[in-house]
Amino acid sequence: MEQINAIELKNVTKRFGEVIANDSVNFSVRKGEILSVLGENGSGKTTLMNMLSGIYFPDEGQIFINGNEVMIRSPKDSFALGIGMIHQHFKLIDILTAAENIILGLQGSKTLKMNQVHEEINKLTAEYGFDLNPSQKIYNMSVSQKQTVEIVKVLYRGADILILDEPTAVLTPQETKKLFDVLRNMKKAGKSIIIITHKLNEVLELSDRVTVLRKGKYIGTVNTAEATADSLTEMMVGEKVKLDIDRTEPSNTEKRIEMRGITCRNREGLKVLKEASFQAYSGEILGIAGIAGSGQKELLEAIAGLQTIESGEILYYAPDGSTNKISDMKATDIRELKIHLSFVPEDRLGMGLVGSMDLTDNMMLRSYKEGKHFFVDRKKPKNLANSIVEKLDVITPGVDTPVRHLSGGNVQKVLVGREIASNPTVLMVAYPVRGLDINSSYTIYNLLNEQKEKGVAVICVGEDLDVLLDLCDRILVLNSGRVAGVLDARKTTKEEIGLMMTSDRKGAHKHEQRSGK
Amino acid sequence: MSKEAANKEVFLRMTKRDSISKRKAWAIRGIAVVLSLILCALIIVALTNDNPFQVYLGIIDGAVGRKRRFWVTVRETMVLLIIAVGLTPAFKMRFWNIGAEGQILMGGTATAAMMIYFGNAMPNWLLLLVIFIVSSLAGMLWGLLPAVFKAYYNTNETLFTLMLNYVAMQIVTFCIVFWENPAGSNTVGIINGATRKGWFRNIFGQQYVLNVIIVLIMTLAVYLYMKHSKQGYEIAVVGESQNTAKYAGINVKKVIIRTMMISGGICGLAGSIIVSGASHTISTSTAGGRGFTAIIVAWMSKFNPVAMLLVSAFLVFMQQGSIQIASQYGLNENASDIITGILLFFLIGCEFFINYKVEFRKSKKEVQ
Repeated sequence: MEQINAIELKNVTKRFGEVIANDSVNFSVRKGEILSVLGENGSGKTTLMNMLSGIYFPDEGQIFINGNEVMIRSPKDSFALGIGMIHQHFKLIDILTAAENIILGLQGSKTLKMNQVHEEINKLTAEYGFDLNPSQKIYNMSVSQKQTVEIVKVLYRGADILILDEPTAVLTPQETKKLFDVLRNMKKAGKSIIIITHKLNEVLELSDRVTVLRKGKYIGTVNTAEATADSLTEMMVGEKVKLDIDRTEPSNTEKRIEMRGITCRNREGLKVLKEASFQAYSGEILGIAGIAGSGQKELLEAIAGLQTIESGEILYYAPDGSTNKISDMKATDIRELKIHLSFVPEDRLGMGLVGSMDLTDNMMLRSYKEGKHFFVDRKKPKNLANSIVEKLDVITPGVDTPVRHLSGGNVQKVLVGREIASNPTVLMVAYPVRGLDINSSYTIYNLLNEQKEKGVAVICVGEDLDVLLDLCDRILVLNSGRVAGVLDARKTTKEEIGLMMTSDRKGAHKHEQRSGK
Repeated sequence: MSKEAANKEVFLRMTKRDSISKRKAWAIRGIAVVLSLILCALIIVALTNDNPFQVYLGIIDGAVGRKRRFWVTVRETMVLLIIAVGLTPAFKMRFWNIGAEGQILMGGTATAAMMIYFGNAMPNWLLLLVIFIVSSLAGMLWGLLPAVFKAYYNTNETLFTLMLNYVAMQIVTFCIVFWENPAGSNTVGIINGATRKGWFRNIFGQQYVLNVIIVLIMTLAVYLYMKHSKQGYEIAVVGESQNTAKYAGINVKKVIIRTMMISGGICGLAGSIIVSGASHTISTSTAGGRGFTAIIVAWMSKFNPVAMLLVSAFLVFMQQGSIQIASQYGLNENASDIITGILLFFLIGCEFFINYKVEFRKSKKEVQ
């Protein structure tokens, strides 16, 4: 190859105990290109990038930057080599301004001239087409604005190689488009960009080349122009996967849950749900879309009896025709009424399961009280654990392994399996496929569809709008705690949902106000 | 940064182990014990110029050398064990109960009160039964207070339980004013020395067999309670995550209060074993720091009852032995604290090497 690669890795291996996270990976990034690193969860994408950004140190292999072999021992070394990483979780200080965060930790000259810094930042943002006000405080920013700060931060420090770890996971479709425009501008300016992702359509839209990893091994690099969604999936998974969700027409719909004007406050006393009202019907999947933190969690928890409700009521219509007001009940009371309300919370190991307990003990989390006996009966939960392991192909050494030793997908299968096993009439799931690989995701979608066909009212909070559009019958859009609308999933578009999610949002609003001054 | 600097190697690294075989873990602990004994030996030599082997033989002799000494070691082991057992439910719930000292003192005070005021009112077996119940209730009260405040106002239990230790000490001091014997001595003296009312009676001709029986029964009961009862399951869930507990429909407040009553109750019972079954007196130092030592015992054993027995026995063995060598070699009595401290330092420190692996890197040759 004539041209010098910005980054080249040769036979890089990284082990964690017995697990090989990266198994002699070869990989290169050219100057001025956008490279996608594609792979399922646990395929070693993030580990590989962490070695470039100095967080991990490779056990074997060599790293070349601009043709020279280097040793990256710490994030400092990585910076010195012009590598900048934008992590999934932002590392910003809330009470400081954008500019203060950007210069944080830099040596600089003896006197700090903030005006000069602002000027420099403005020059940088104008050059690449960012939309950023350097004097805005972080806590006033939307997620996408915070991300902009992170990107400008590494550019300000003179990075030539940018690594973005799942940058679009938290963005709306509109924000994603804006980000991609900026990335293309940076590419034109000769920067090398690596994007870690598992969203195929983004890979195809944005990148020049795609590198695929599978189970820590380097599978290959292809030119995006020659790839298709199917061919990339096959490289990622190693086999052909059907990427369609079978959506049946809802049948026998009956009203199950009705929420009327529910208002909730969080611990800080801020309203997180504002007079939310909606109905959920049996035999359908109701999707809930919204920017992270728009009240999705509180909506589900209010129904499950885990939230203190300030005003409004929630009614449960049982299949036998009786009606119960469940808004003033605790989770225990709801259970005692024999209302089978299943809930798969977002925080799987922090709420849905007990990480240090084994599968058997986790099975009885919601049912251990049954019977009057002082001692627990572990026979039934053990059988249940065994049958879930078998039915859902949970990969585990046995039912007496602590669940936190299982991989994310298997943890979720255990949790969903338990919740479905109680024959629910209402099934609520929050971000059911977050962090799961393609195969596990489709297992979960199929389980949800199965429940829907059995006549369960399924409520599903999701973040991937493409999936919600394919899976759900109706989609409820939340916008900072308010129900912005309920749409027919078969007729609406991603753009329509995106607009409803964001219109008149607090962060965006403020920003416009300020820049208008 | 210069290229030279970027080429330097990482020399020492720590990585978390995924798993470790039991044998390897015990080997590491064994090495830690040996290293600590060597260090102790060096210190002994430096201080006294005596042969460390002689000193260690002295320790063994002091702990189990005579029948009497052996039974004292057993008695003290049992006391430490039951306190650790009592702390187990609280710590499983991640309730940082460092108030065992106070709970023991309250139990001991209640025991002394029963012995003094009801010594002649009922047969000895009934008196002992009353003592067990009342001392447990006293400990329970001392566990209940911080639990209620934790459950309803989310106060910090660490400070609360610690402060209650001092309150309990003041209560003991206050009681000594009434129970002083002989007058003016500012101590309670041996209670019922002549009548032996409220004392544990000999079983099989041995003075401390009843202590052993009670403690072992409590240990087994708590083990079964934690492992197989619904309440024990609730404690484990609450300890892991209160969010999960609420999700599972567990009444967290109730569990916190109930568990601390059990925990405090057992520590109170430990107080009665100390007073009725061993010292037959009460003072502010009746607990003697064992409420804190037991925390180490419980955590080091990871709440495994057999391990708790072994760790308690080991610590008491060293303590009793050190008291012996302190007098034998004219060392200060704090010498035993130094030895115990060194042992604990190594034993707790070695857990790091069980959880982490330290790797050395050979410097790699330059490839360019």
